[in-house]
Amino acid sequence: MRRRIVASPGAWVVWGLVAVFFAGLAGVIGSVVVNSFGVRWFDTWLPESYTTQWYGQAWTDFTLLPVLTVTLLVCLLVAGISVLVGVPAAYVLARRKFPGGRLLHLLFLLPILMPPITYGIPLATVLYKYGLAGHLSGVVLANLVPSVPFVILTMTPFIEQIDPTIERAARMCGARTRHVFGRILAPLLVPGILAASILVVVRTVGMFELTFLTAGPDSQTLVVALFYSMSAAGIRAQQSVDAMAVIYCVMMLVLLVVALRFVNPTQLVARVKEDPE
Amino acid sequence: MSTATLAARHRLAERGIDPQLFLLIPATVFVVALFIYPFCYGIAVSLQPAQGGALAAYRAFFTDAYQRDTIATTLAISLPAALFNVLAAVPIAYRMRGRFRGKRLLTIILVVPITLGTVLTAEGLLNFLGPTGWFNRVLLSTGLADRPVTLTHNYWGVFFSLVITGFPFAFLLVLSYLSGIDPSLERAAATLGAGWAQRFFRITLPLLAPGLATTFCLTFVLAFSVFPSAILVGDPSGSTRVISVAAYEAAYVRYDYAAASAAAIVMGAVELVVISIVLGLRSLLYTGSTAGGKG
Amino acid sequence: MTGFETLRLDGVTRRFGDADALTGLDLEIRRGEFIALLGPSGCGKSTALNCLAGLLPLSDGSIWRDGTRLDTLPPERRGFGMVFQNYALFPHLSVRNNVAFGLKMRGVPRAQARRRTEDAIRLVHLEEHAGKLPGQLSGGQQQRVAIARAVVVEPSLVLMDEPLSNLDAKLRLEMRTEIRRLHQNLGLTTVYVTHDQEEALSMADRLVVLRAGRVQQIGTPEQVHTRPANRHVADFMGFRNLLPGRSVDDHFKINDLGVRVSGTSVGEIHKGDPVVAAIRPEDVLLRPGGFEVTVEVAEYHGREIAAEVRTTDGLTLHLRTSQRLAPGDKVGVDLPADRLLVFPA
Repeated sequence: MRRRIVASPGAWVVWGLVAVFFAGLAGVIGSVVVNSFGVRWFDTWLPESYTTQWYGQAWTDFTLLPVLTVTLLVCLLVAGISVLVGVPAAYVLARRKFPGGRLLHLLFLLPILMPPITYGIPLATVLYKYGLAGHLSGVVLANLVPSVPFVILTMTPFIEQIDPTIERAARMCGARTRHVFGRILAPLLVPGILAASILVVVRTVGMFELTFLTAGPDSQTLVVALFYSMSAAGIRAQQSVDAMAVIYCVMMLVLLVVALRFVNPTQLVARVKEDPE
Repeated sequence: MSTATLAARHRLAERGIDPQLFLLIPATVFVVALFIYPFCYGIAVSLQPAQGGALAAYRAFFTDAYQRDTIATTLAISLPAALFNVLAAVPIAYRMRGRFRGKRLLTIILVVPITLGTVLTAEGLLNFLGPTGWFNRVLLSTGLADRPVTLTHNYWGVFFSLVITGFPFAFLLVLSYLSGIDPSLERAAATLGAGWAQRFFRITLPLLAPGLATTFCLTFVLAFSVFPSAILVGDPSGSTRVISVAAYEAAYVRYDYAAASAAAIVMGAVELVVISIVLGLRSLLYTGSTAGGKG
Repeated sequence: MTGFETLRLDGVTRRFGDADALTGLDLEIRRGEFIALLGPSGCGKSTALNCLAGLLPLSDGSIWRDGTRLDTLPPERRGFGMVFQNYALFPHLSVRNNVAFGLKMRGVPRAQARRRTEDAIRLVHLEEHAGKLPGQLSGGQQQRVAIARAVVVEPSLVLMDEPLSNLDAKLRLEMRTEIRRLHQNLGLTTVYVTHDQEEALSMADRLVVLRAGRVQQIGTPEQVHTRPANRHVADFMGFRNLLPGRSVDDHFKINDLGVRVSGTSVGEIHKGDPVVAAIRPEDVLLRPGGFEVTVEVAEYHGREIAAEVRTTDGLTLHLRTSQRLAPGDKVGVDLPADRLLVFPA
């Protein structure tokens, strides 16, 4: 194919659209960041002067330490449990053909396809009925609903790429089932498990709806606390809400940087086979 | 082990049933207990309202225009947003499917809004698109508008928030579908005399179409559950009163669990109808290998 | 591992759904034997090997080691070693740890395990690669690791599943000799699966020829080579000319060939029966005065020419000769009666 030196009008339009999108994105994030440092910012391009006091205020006003602790705890529990539950299931689904396998696959796909609010409301009702909602346990349970299937979907390709004859070879060397899992599969699956759990953490930190519906005052995660402080706008200074948003933002970006060491950006979105470039 | 039980085990093993399947049990129990059971419970609750017959909650939902119209409102927001995201993603992804410097950086930046989520995007949009925000300042100072354009607390605020989180999602999906199509197919078409447009519309697009349908579905699911942005940057009592707001209000403001469950079930049903229409259309398309022969 | 005197397969059968992959395999393997399971792809040879290994449960039949029933044991407790077609090395373990894995699983004391591992690595000439990961080795070296890993535990039986099919032609010949040498020097009992008849003939003490899940013939390489039990074995063993015909008197009439020929009948043939006459290309003789054929294609094979020829009646034959032939040449050929095997069709 010919390689054109001069960009075509089509290319200009495409790059223009991308530029507009990035400008919007920069504006959205930038205005939050600038506002969180601003002293007085009304009808001007930039605030009159800058300060970091809003961060201190946000930290105490919104009791961010317990909120962050809860967020961290919820994420670790959700990631840990969903890996423990999801990986064995992913193994069987990836390796075996059995009657009802397709149905089970669909069952694990549904929680990802459904909007969280749809099943979140009945789920919260059930959790309240058993006295679990309003506590950490309820939040963790609710977040497990999309996480377990997500781990299964993420792990399946990792498991599929491990040659099954390696397991057979281990058996022929005299390895019992637990040795096959412990000495052969586990070391080979470590990268996949890391990727899956970091993705679950990212999704759980960002998961608003389910946590919102099941959290009590002591079990809010950061994103829910942010929502409450935003919808109660006017009570607190907008800047300290923005300071909290920046804290959330930074936390997410750190996680994202960590995540991208283990996974491909596309995997954050969905499970699609990467091209072997 | 007796020969009879052995034989029975062998017969089961031939059909793929053996003790290894026990590994599926924890995950299945989780999904059944935390997803299927609540769903059935929700259906049961929605059929047992405080007063009226079994279908009273649904009847109330569909006779009250304030509730019924939320369906149309939700679709009026989510369908255009999903469609826009997918349609905008195609030319951009097509242009960027090859390898070029900075591609990874580009995808990383695109993942940022997805990871930040709707709540933060809403906060940013309030600042950015607000009457004194940077966007309106640019419009005013360049003379494109003579007074601030209202883009928050209405339909457009929600729409923009869905584009900011939904477009990168659609783009990354379309890009990975596109890169799954063997580039030598287009080269083959070029050697047969097909021009740029013919190559795209006759070769690439038909192979991409099923992927686009899937992308549309996933983007639609994302847009369909606009809850936080509808409340924060939208007009939750008017133009952006979506079903999820109605369901939430019923449950947490009026404590009418039958009505809330009914709204949630209606929401799920509407979503499934849209998805099955799209997937039904998708099944009419060619869905097979996109490699050009031997892999 | 304890050795055995005989290992007996008794009507071993494996079905996949409705399809029979292996039907009623009876075989007795004596200690020290090298048995090749031979057949085209899909003949059930790998199924047989996996059943023997315990990687596939039997649908029917049983396997006995001397007096003990074996098919109820899981693979890890049968004490066999196995070499896989794609080697199946553990990618995260070094060569040394790959080889030592089986000893570790058997709880062999550390010092002894180390000594045996080093011995096995030396046996396959990989001393300087012992610390490397499998991914850093060439195909031939990986093959050697797989063999060392299988034999280090001194298994009572070594199973090999087409171990040479992923190697290039030259390496394949070298490894063939190597495997046979190891078999003899270590006193192994080996069951070797292959689709390459030359490989099977050159390595094995006995061949088991399979087709569509059924045993066609069990015999020494010479028996199988010179006296295939039926037309399918003949086809597989290089009898490229398979000529349908009919038995008449004490001769055979081959369709599309004007003359009657005599041959050696294998199996019961009655007068008037349809038959298949089989002869190898190298057994077709060029003789002036034989029936006339025209050369259609001639392939150069070094000292020989492989030619496709056609008789005046339109019958196609393959032959090999040291005589120089060119397309269009007319020559006379002869089918020697002792080399022309006639099977019931």
